[in-house]
Amino acid sequence: MTNSDLVLSVSHVTSGYSEGGFLSKRARREILHDVTFDVHHGEILGLVGESGTGKTTLARTILGMVKPDAGTVTHYTKRPQMIFQDPYSSLNPAYTVAWILEEPLRIFGKYDAPERKRRVADMLARVELPEECLRAKPEELSGGQRQRVSIATALIQRPRFLIADEPVSALDVTIQAQILKLLKELRDEFDLSYLFISHDLNVVYQLCDRVLVMKSGAVVEQGTVDDIFDHPKNEYTKQLLAAAE
Amino acid sequence: MLEIKDLHVKFHSREREAVSGVSLTIRNGEILGLVGESGSGKTVTAMSVAGLLPRRSCDYSGSIELDGTELLHADRTLLRKMQGKEIGVVFQEPMSAMDPLMKIGEQVGETLLLHHPEISSEDRYYCALAAMREAELPNPEDTYGRYPHELSGGMLQRAMIAAAIISRPKLLLLDEPTTALDVTIQAQILELLKKLNREHGISMLFISHNLNVVRKLCSRVAVMQKGILVEEGQTEDVWENPHHPYTKRLIAAIPTRTKKEAPDHDKF
Ligand SMILES: Nc1ncnc2c1ncn2[C@@H]1O[C@H](COP(=O)(O)OP(=O)(O)OP(=O)(O)O)[C@@H](O)[C@H]1O
Ligand SMILES: Nc1ncnc2c1ncn2[C@@H]1O[C@H](COP(=O)(O)OP(=O)(O)OP(=O)(O)O)[C@@H](O)[C@H]1O
Ligand SMILES: [Mg+2]
Ligand SMILES: [Mg+2]
Repeated sequence: MTNSDLVLSVSHVTSGYSEGGFLSKRARREILHDVTFDVHHGEILGLVGESGTGKTTLARTILGMVKPDAGTVTHYTKRPQMIFQDPYSSLNPAYTVAWILEEPLRIFGKYDAPERKRRVADMLARVELPEECLRAKPEELSGGQRQRVSIATALIQRPRFLIADEPVSALDVTIQAQILKLLKELRDEFDLSYLFISHDLNVVYQLCDRVLVMKSGAVVEQGTVDDIFDHPKNEYTKQLLAAAE
Repeated sequence: MLEIKDLHVKFHSREREAVSGVSLTIRNGEILGLVGESGSGKTVTAMSVAGLLPRRSCDYSGSIELDGTELLHADRTLLRKMQGKEIGVVFQEPMSAMDPLMKIGEQVGETLLLHHPEISSEDRYYCALAAMREAELPNPEDTYGRYPHELSGGMLQRAMIAAAIISRPKLLLLDEPTTALDVTIQAQILELLKKLNREHGISMLFISHNLNVVRKLCSRVAVMQKGILVEEGQTEDVWENPHHPYTKRLIAAIPTRTKKEAPDHDKF
């Protein structure tokens, strides 16, 4: 594969957090160890693994919110988007949903007000949010409604690469199926690529092309969905699949 | 033990009621599953039981009795006495319920501080560690002194569970308590809940979108859609023979590891 097929390349990344704030010189807690993988155009790459292993940390490192101690992250697209695991903290509590959804279009888009409204309404419908949610602030929504606002905010910017951290965990299975269908449609229409983090192995199996399995901050196995699910080699992958039965 | 009768909740900012006439009972030592559409009023129902409705921004009516004590219209002092001690809550989004400036371990031990001031701070520390260990948090000694933003989503969820079970309440309200857990830890948490239910007779309201988990844990299940309770029954009966169209759709949409060419697939 040539580089033009890539949207993201993560190479030997080691990363973590400093203990005790910015000023103190205390030890760095290493979370990710020598992580290497690529994401190709139009690919949905699944990321599964232990809770607390460093999946969200990897997402933050890719987006530059956490600086790697070693290794490199190379983006081949502009403005990658992220759907955060915790919509409660990532959505601005001071504004209405309408404002939150329109804001990125105001900043980056070249659309006039009616076109922005149209796009917001369209996106709202695509994530199955009732219209009355537009006037609500994030804290006046249900957990799953907040999660869909967060999905809509990321998608409305028409990114080429999207990191989705547990994006459907707060949705009932019928709406979840709808959202997964939407993600696939966008991939097919716009060649959108995803890093899709999830604890739901059935969802990963249905949605993803390839999967990374992480344990204790390292990628212990990667391969196509069929390889990983039908012929797991790593002990941890086997355990995980057995627990999901 | 818990009896919800004709609960109505309507937020002033909304046209439709969030909860429209829900009646539910949880018997002593029972684990009741509550499933349904996102936005159908599950969390609002649980918050009404916990005395955590934002009363000023909604109208509410009906009654909620826990062992004969009326909760829906009770005053703050009584509710504060019940919270943590009689009723433990695991919130859907842990960050919304955690104090960002307080150490995790202190938050886990907080209900002890409030309801058992006679317990020494050293004992409280050890109780908190024990509860964190029960909730499958690795290295509780290390995690004790950390702040919420330094924990992963699933670690926070486990800290929340530890805080809810530490004082062994009569009733546990669990709102999506396993969404951020990998399947291995999820299985361990389910074992813990079963054990608490068996050994301490703790009754539970278990809200979840994960229908497989509900099936494993709950003997009875209630299904909500648009603020209304559309179906209720023994879990196995509801699974084998769902009556309401919404329940049927819900059960049909459970993601499975079917091969991609399976007929089921056209939904995705
Ligand atoms: N801001 C932070 N400061 C210090 N340590 C952190 C911070 N955020 C996360 N950690 C630690 O990094 C490790 C990995 O956390 P991370 O959130 O990446 O896990 P995760 O794989 O996303 O888990 P989950 O599935 O539970 O969301 C954990 O041990 C966590 O305590
Ligand atoms: N503080 C509030 N102000 C106004 N409306 C609210 C408030 N809290 C919740 N709602 C609305 O009440 C309805 C029921 O919300 P609730 O949180 O109970 O849903 P839920 O069944 O828990 O959904 P989910 O599965 O998505 O968490 C939703 O339409 C929601 O937008
Ligand atoms: Mg995470
Ligand atoms: Mg909810």
